[in-house]
Amino acid sequence: MSPIAAANNDSSIKLEIRNLACVRDDRVLFDALELTLESGEVLLIEGRNGSGKTTLLRTVCGLLAPSEGDVLWSGEPIRKLAEEYTRDLLYIGHKPGIKEDLSGVENLRIASVLDGVELDEQTAWEALERMGLAGHEDLPTKVLSQGQKRRVALARLLVSRARLWVLDEPFTALDKTAVGFLQSIIQKHVENGGMVMLTTHQEVSLTQGEVRRLHLGRKGG
Amino acid sequence: MFRTFRWIVKRDLVLALRRRSDIFTTLFFFIIVVSLFPLGIGPEMETLRLIAPGVVWVAALLASMLALERLFATDYADGTLEQMMLTPQPLFLLVLGKVVAHWLVTGLPLVVMAPVLGLQYDLSFDALRVLVLTLLLGTPVLSLIGAIGAALTLGLRGGGVLVSLLVLPLYIPVLIFGAGAVEAHASGLGGAGHLYLLGAISVLALFFAPLATAAALRVSME
Repeated sequence: MSPIAAANNDSSIKLEIRNLACVRDDRVLFDALELTLESGEVLLIEGRNGSGKTTLLRTVCGLLAPSEGDVLWSGEPIRKLAEEYTRDLLYIGHKPGIKEDLSGVENLRIASVLDGVELDEQTAWEALERMGLAGHEDLPTKVLSQGQKRRVALARLLVSRARLWVLDEPFTALDKTAVGFLQSIIQKHVENGGMVMLTTHQEVSLTQGEVRRLHLGRKGG
Repeated sequence: MFRTFRWIVKRDLVLALRRRSDIFTTLFFFIIVVSLFPLGIGPEMETLRLIAPGVVWVAALLASMLALERLFATDYADGTLEQMMLTPQPLFLLVLGKVVAHWLVTGLPLVVMAPVLGLQYDLSFDALRVLVLTLLLGTPVLSLIGAIGAALTLGLRGGGVLVSLLVLPLYIPVLIFGAGAVEAHASGLGGAGHLYLLGAISVLALFFAPLATAAALRVSME
């Protein structure tokens, strides 16, 4: 892991949002958005329901094309970087992104392979155990509770090598212990020079590094 | 890169095996449609021999249409599809993996069943061999072209009907050369020409369809 940690500290890598605008169904969700996110920073996006938080995150991931403006990753537009950018990106959205017919271990392993890291079974078991799923690792995820499914999805954070984490409401459905654990993972990622962009209604407490805030939704509210 | 492809194929096969009813629906639909014709038309060997290739091929087209909707719909619903688009793997490769798995589950059983069903139509051993060969070359094309339609109609209401309207016209060349090969063989002309063309269509579809499907998926996800 050391070369990756070293690469993580490379300060030239940053996410820049230039003059970004997004229009959905003739409604301007946000426009002229300017933002830079550097290594070791957490960006907390706030705003009412429907203010465009998820849209912004999906635009940053490249799932949505912006109406105007650019998203740049170390100076290059993400559309152009394509696979080079997605290698550095980990997105966990509203949809859990896990197959209900597969077990937690299978889900985690296939997700890792797609992320470009082959994970042996042992590591996958350990990651799920750390996520508080001991005893449920090899059950089909459809029998798990909402919060446990969420934990399976979030277990990817433990094995990921991505620099930029984009998390859409990661704390929903989690209990207190899991929320605390997730915060500590985020903290650790930031300390290693990673970047995190997230939406949440909970307070994120980090002792080190900076939590920046962006408030969306000045239009129409 | 090949490793990712293998993982995707394996994943989709495991998923299909855990939902076996889906596999059997397609296969039984094919078997029933093909078996209904001899019952409806009666035991006129001459007529049956004549219509056999056409009936088997049309039934194969419809059966493969049935299965298309599931190709991307479940992955779309649970968010695994958007995760696939955010991986450093080329999307067309993942698409190809999914299509291959889809064909193994829905196309290959049709190829295997076809000779048994062909017996009801009093086809000779030779004609059956050509029929199986055409299905072997043609059904992958059905899955490949169908994937484009499935990707385009992803997340739309009434996508199933729309897929048929989009995709069935594109199946026509496969139908013509597929059924034509058996007829040409039966009439003594030899079906080689038809088979070569079918093979060429397969290769073209194998190359272009995953690229087109990947592009269609990106559009559908927005």
